[in-house]
Parts: sequence; C-alpha cells; structure tokens
Amino acid sequence: MNSSTLMDRPIIGVQTPSENNRMLLEMSHVEKSFVGDVVALRDMNLTVNQGDFISLLGPSGCGKSTALRLIAGLTRPTSGSISWTGGQNEGDLGVVFQEPTLMPWARVKDNVWLPFRLRGKRYKDYKDEVMHALELVGLDQFQNAYPRELSGGMKMRVSIARAMVTKPRLILMDEPFAALDEITRQKMNTDLLTLRDAIGCTVIFVTHSVFESVFLSDRIVVMAARPGRVVREVGVHVDGLRTDEFKTSMEFSHHARDASDALQEAISAGS
Amino acid sequence: MNQHAVQENTASSPGLIDAEEAAIARRRKLYQIGRWTLPSLVLVLAIGSWQAYVTLAQVPHYILPSPLLIAQTLISDWDVLWPAMQITGRLTFLALLLAVIGGLAIAVAFTQSKWVEMSFFPYAVILQVTPVVAIAPLLQIYMDSAFSAALLCAWIVAFFPILSNTTTGLKSADHNLQDLFSIYGATGWQRLRYLAAPSALPYFLSGLKIAGGLALIGAVVAEFVIGRAGTGLGLASTLLEASYRFNFGRLYAALVLISVMGILIFALMSLISHFSLCRWHESALKRE
Repeated sequence: MNSSTLMDRPIIGVQTPSENNRMLLEMSHVEKSFVGDVVALRDMNLTVNQGDFISLLGPSGCGKSTALRLIAGLTRPTSGSISWTGGQNEGDLGVVFQEPTLMPWARVKDNVWLPFRLRGKRYKDYKDEVMHALELVGLDQFQNAYPRELSGGMKMRVSIARAMVTKPRLILMDEPFAALDEITRQKMNTDLLTLRDAIGCTVIFVTHSVFESVFLSDRIVVMAARPGRVVREVGVHVDGLRTDEFKTSMEFSHHARDASDALQEAISAGS
Repeated sequence: MNQHAVQENTASSPGLIDAEEAAIARRRKLYQIGRWTLPSLVLVLAIGSWQAYVTLAQVPHYILPSPLLIAQTLISDWDVLWPAMQITGRLTFLALLLAVIGGLAIAVAFTQSKWVEMSFFPYAVILQVTPVVAIAPLLQIYMDSAFSAALLCAWIVAFFPILSNTTTGLKSADHNLQDLFSIYGATGWQRLRYLAAPSALPYFLSGLKIAGGLALIGAVVAEFVIGRAGTGLGLASTLLEASYRFNFGRLYAALVLISVMGILIFALMSLISHFSLCRWHESALKRE
C-alpha cells in the first residue's frame, strides 16, 4: 500500500533512504471552509514519510497555515481525513510559530519544560531532557535567563528546543525565521538541518521564501490561493551535503528555478 | 602602573564624551535632583504662605487653621486620631482584601463561561457607575449590621477595577501560546494556572493600585454616611464631628492623616506591583 502511494509522487530527496519508506501521516482529500463560504483549503493530499523535510510554499492566503493548523489538530477538516500511522500519541508533535511564543514570566528551562509540565511531569524527572534540548540549540548556558534577556534568534532557539524536547515524530514550523534578520536567518537554517539530522525527526515547514525552501527541504509543496490548494510538488534531490557551498552551486540554482517557476505558476493561478 | 592607567583615562576622556553627550548627562542629573527638590520646595512655599496669610490677615482658626495649629493638634489629639486611623485603616484593608478575593473569583468565573459574563457583566458596570454615596444610605437600611453596610459600601467601589482589569488580563494570553497549550492537551486548570493567570498578573496589579485608593474613598464615604454606628470613630467620622464643633484644627489633622493613608496605600501597592513583575514584565524594567 505504501509503495503505491509513493509511486504517484515525484522523486523525493532521500536523506535516509531506509526510513523514507515509512509513512508517518497522510492527508487525503482534506477540505476546510470557514463561515461565509471562504474555502481555505481545497482537496489537499499529502503523504508525509518519516524523515521528510517538507516545505509548504505559496503566496499569502494559499492555505499553508490552515494546513498546518489542521495537522496540529487545532481545527478539524470540513471533509477528508488526516491520519497518523499508528495513531497520534502524546508528545508526537512539536510546533514552532512565527513568533518565539515563549512565556515571558518563565525562565528558559521552564519554557522548554512546558510540554512535560502539561502532561503532569515534574521538572526534576525531566531535567536531562530539557538540558539536552537546550544543549542541542546551544543555549544550555542560558537555562536560567528570562526570554527578555535573549536576542530574537536565541528566543527562536528556545522555541525550537521546546518543540524538540519530547522527541516528537513530527515538527510543524510556521514561518519560524520570517521575523529574523537575514544573517541570523541563514545561520538558523543551517543549524536547523544539523538539528534535524541529530534527532532524525520529520519536519513540515511553512515559508514564503523559495531559497529557504530549496535549501532546507526534500520536497516543496507549492500552493496557490483563492481557494487554497496544492498546485505542484517539487522534489529537491541533493547528492552532497546541504552546506553553505550548496547555496552557490549549480544544483541549488537549478532547484531554485524549478521552485520559483512553480511559485509563479501558483501566483498567477491564484489571481 | 595604576596611576598610568588613570592618567591615560583622564587624558582621553574629553575625546570620549562630546558636547552633546555631556549636555544630556548634565540634564539627566538636573532632572534627578529636580524630581525631589521641586515638589518639596512647592510644599514648603505653600505651607509658608499659608502660615503667613493666616498670621498676617488674622484669619480666625475656625475658618482656616494655620499649618502650625494643625501640627500642634496632630500631636495633642494623637490619642483620638491614632485609634481613628486604625479603624479607618482596618475598614479599608478589609474592603480591599474582600475586593481582591471577590474581584478575582468573579473574573475567573467570567472567563470560564462566556454566558456568565454576558449575563452579569452589565450589572457589575451598573454597580460601579452608580455613585456609592447614593447607595450607602440604602445599604444602611437593608443590612443588619452597620459594620457590614460600611464594608459593603467600600467593597463595591474597590472591587470593580480588580474585576475589570483581571477579566481583561485573563483573556489577554498570547494566542499562539493558547494554541500550544491545546496541542499539548492542557486541561482547563492548567490553562488558568500556567497561562491565563500569569498573563493577567500585570493587569490585576494595575487594578489593585486603583482599588487601593478606591477602598479608602469607599471607607470614608461609608463613615460619612453610615457614621460611627458602623465602624466606631474612624478618621472620616472624626473629621465630620470636628466640623460640627468648629474644631478646625482637628478637622484638618484628620484630613492630613487620610491623605497620608492614601499615599501609603499607593506606595505599598506600587511596591507589590514592582516586586511581582520586576523579573519579567516590561512595565517594571528600566530602559537600557
């Protein structure tokens, strides 16, 4: 059954081939409309395999955030279904928003502890997990700081540490670096790939940026607006490592052109 | 070696600070001094001219007592004034305490159920906008004990800012954080305890600052209207009684003490607010 679904898909960038055959989540014929006949998302089909890094790319109003909210279970589809392989368990999902979304009254370590705390777990039993997550984002020295004492990039790292701390199967990121300056943003992109390799999780990443999506993802799902829908899926197969050199390679510009063309197509389809 | 460093420092300092920076620093220093000295100077001048006017124009003390007479009365009547201040203080504090408890409880009830809020919020507003002086005589009629009438009177004015601010605060939690709590399957209690309550704290505290002052106003009104039957001889009843007897020295002494109480309450509430928020909230932070 899995292989037949995969047959329909374009070539997928394979980072860990053995893992890639396992399906994690499937959206089938998902529709979402809001009061007032606004169709936010029409007939979305997406198979997310374990280890995938998928970008949802498209203009404003194309339903990419709606898709993310649907996957997060914050809203239900009007029709269609979203199913997790083996069902969704506690701690399977981590989320990073566009803003760091930290609790300003809580120290960094308490912010990262939150997912456990809400499951009724005590800090001292999960101290190691919290510290490990902070080490991964390079902020273990700042465990006792308050969010206001950190820079924008550091706050975002705390937010990522919180999303990773439960070792989720899937992390959803909604334009997490859009509010950061370009230099920080580049650094965060590189670090995100390292992190993702370190914990081997699956990521669905919403972005406006063609370059970000090409640099980060194995698959780019290009979406159009009015109504929000998927127009094309672009595979980003990379032979080497995704380093800074990759950004200036022929391979990168080739993929960027593909994605860019698809985005143009999506923009003209939506207007 | 050390001396050398100092010399170098002084040699380079004129270059480090330009004229504009120096002017800003000077102005800042002046502001710092002026912030305390100017109001003190105004106070001294006002009291001085008051004293001079009363002495020179020979104003009788039953029309306008001199500041000196007020000070003398404060000392000579301390045995009357201090117990009165304690009584007013107790009424104010109790009203404020109940306002905090009631305001918080009702605010939590409002945010737990939209229907409860829709049904009752308009009446909380009506209670607030109706002048308490107009309600107080009724309270005296309907309440069994005059003390509870006085307490209720002070409570009515004090609880509203706490209710209204806390309700706003409980609803002001960051939307993304609320989503995050949903994703992690937070219970209603966890939401309240870990998200809504901390978000509401700054709002509650600014409500508390207002409520502190209003509780005193409510207590004074209650003493005026309900009189000593309610609470015994508080500062406001003392003031009223002194006016009947043309004892203007005592009247003004009581007035000064009420004012001092108001200042103390405000200072205390500001202090509580500062220490609750100084670690994380923008309002309590010094700008760098």
